[in-house]
Amino acid sequence: MDGSAILARLRGRLGARIIETHEHHGDHTAVVVRDGILDTLRFCRDDAELRFDLLMDVTAVDYLKFPGREDGPRFDVVYHLYSVPHNHRVRLKVPVEQDAATVPTATGLWPIANWLEREVWDMFGIRFEGHPDLRRLLLYEEFVGHPLRKDYPIDRRQPLIGPKV
Amino acid sequence: MPDRTTRELFLGEGAGTGSGSQNLYVNMGPAHPAMHGIIRIFAELDGEMVVKADMEIGYLHRAFEKDCEVGPYNNAIPYTDRLNYVSPLINNFAYASAVEKLLGIEITERCKYIRVVMSEISRICDHLTCVGASAMELGAFTVFLYMIKAREFLWELVEDVTGARLTISYGRVGGVKADLPDAFGIKVRKAFAETREVLREVHTLVTGNRIFMDRMVGVGALSAADSIAWGITGPLLRATGVPFDLRRVQPYWAYDRVEFEVPLGKNGDNFDRFLVRMAEMEQSMRMVEQALERMPSGAINVDFEGREIPVDAYVDRGKQGKTEGLLLLPITLSPNLQGQGRDAEARVNVHDKTVVLPPKENTYGSIEGLMNHFMLVMDGYGIRPPAGEAYFAAEGANGELGFYVVSDGGDRPYRVRCRPPCLPPVAALPRMIEGQMVADIIPTFGSVNMIGGELDR
Repeated sequence: MDGSAILARLRGRLGARIIETHEHHGDHTAVVVRDGILDTLRFCRDDAELRFDLLMDVTAVDYLKFPGREDGPRFDVVYHLYSVPHNHRVRLKVPVEQDAATVPTATGLWPIANWLEREVWDMFGIRFEGHPDLRRLLLYEEFVGHPLRKDYPIDRRQPLIGPKV
Repeated sequence: MPDRTTRELFLGEGAGTGSGSQNLYVNMGPAHPAMHGIIRIFAELDGEMVVKADMEIGYLHRAFEKDCEVGPYNNAIPYTDRLNYVSPLINNFAYASAVEKLLGIEITERCKYIRVVMSEISRICDHLTCVGASAMELGAFTVFLYMIKAREFLWELVEDVTGARLTISYGRVGGVKADLPDAFGIKVRKAFAETREVLREVHTLVTGNRIFMDRMVGVGALSAADSIAWGITGPLLRATGVPFDLRRVQPYWAYDRVEFEVPLGKNGDNFDRFLVRMAEMEQSMRMVEQALERMPSGAINVDFEGREIPVDAYVDRGKQGKTEGLLLLPITLSPNLQGQGRDAEARVNVHDKTVVLPPKENTYGSIEGLMNHFMLVMDGYGIRPPAGEAYFAAEGANGELGFYVVSDGGDRPYRVRCRPPCLPPVAALPRMIEGQMVADIIPTFGSVNMIGGELDR
């Protein structure tokens, strides 16, 4: 399916859940409200014409220092979907405010969302509501802060952990 | 309870344990001789059966994505070498392509073919390592030695082109570091003859071998539907029979101009994964041979706007007479720059405000080259894609290797996200090994081809 047709279908069927859609360098993106993301993901996966059965990636972007978006929602949670039967792609973005950095989990739809969301929590401190096991994925439990946030300095040292020698 | 024996404590035998048996918890790793990296498998065993397993990763985390944000765009290239360190060329090119997509430029034909050739050579290296290592863990040490021998021949090719064997940093935004060296085709033919011989020997040694089959067939299987739900791509998904290969379904670079087959398995078990990888190596060699045959001559780098960079455009024409003598000075660089030194003037060239760094001979040999270099590496200058975002996916050796790059219009990436191809299979590993014997963990883990560098980033 053509990218703009995918976006039109999403707009037509999901109505107000889609804030806006755009195309950029051949990538098609739909911006979705936080409370509608689960419906959108489920629709993308199950709709016969879309059939986005592969959740390629879940990640986030911290827009804290992005020129022109200092006052907007701080984070975007970004989903990349791919459809094996139809060979098409779409990107979904969910703006998330700093004070309420939670998004409903997609683990019920794709088991791989479990690890991908754990990584987003680990790196950005965005919580996934209903996640069965929201632990840090790459860093250790004693780590303080979320390193991919723009206000985390790259040279911050963390205390060493582990058995005393 | 000090009066319990070890057997009573760990195997649950004897009085005081209720049912008479209890599950045993076993840690494999983080540093285990059969683990291809630092990773921990925490397994709950009932006898020799794995009841439940959990993975712990992140021991090799080195803030790849954070580091990419602090330097200019090309600074991330060496970091991408260290993602999948067995096939680093694919990472280089995939990252560069993502930035090119963001810039909206098209690389030259010759460069596309070079990227195909070098990616496929890397893919063979990757598969050789994966198959060889997992065969060794099943006792077929000869296979490992043969395959490492073949990989050595291919790494010599890589060394010839890039000047390094592992940390090659050969990709550049807008092109590649240097052209292919002289007589590369002949060297490739020799190396491939050796590799084909090794593959034939390996097939004779293990395909059909009773011990190997018993350990591989039906072990670690995952269905096609499960694989997709777990986000698995690449050889592991094709082993279940799903014909998803980005080189075929969404061709990039020059993959639509070479003929190849997409080898498919059926059962999605370790043996099918082994067969798919073996067959893919042959297909990769076919692709390299065709690409070398059809590769056009011409420029290999493009500038900021996507225009090909002509041969003599980099020097101010008025000064050409004066600098020519300077440029012809025999400046000897390390022999590692062989690919670049050879008629670099004819192939690699830039003028100022471009994407591509000038050849080192020019940087060291002429003021124009030096200024050009300076302009590209100076803080606030260099490659500045317009604000926006782009996702580029390449078929890595283990599956879809995606780079999601966000630009704020400045000279350094605002955000770089690498979609690691081996994270989903590792996440699904507990699912593959639950219900299997403890000894099956090793061949299954080997078939997943976990690469710590890209898993932990």
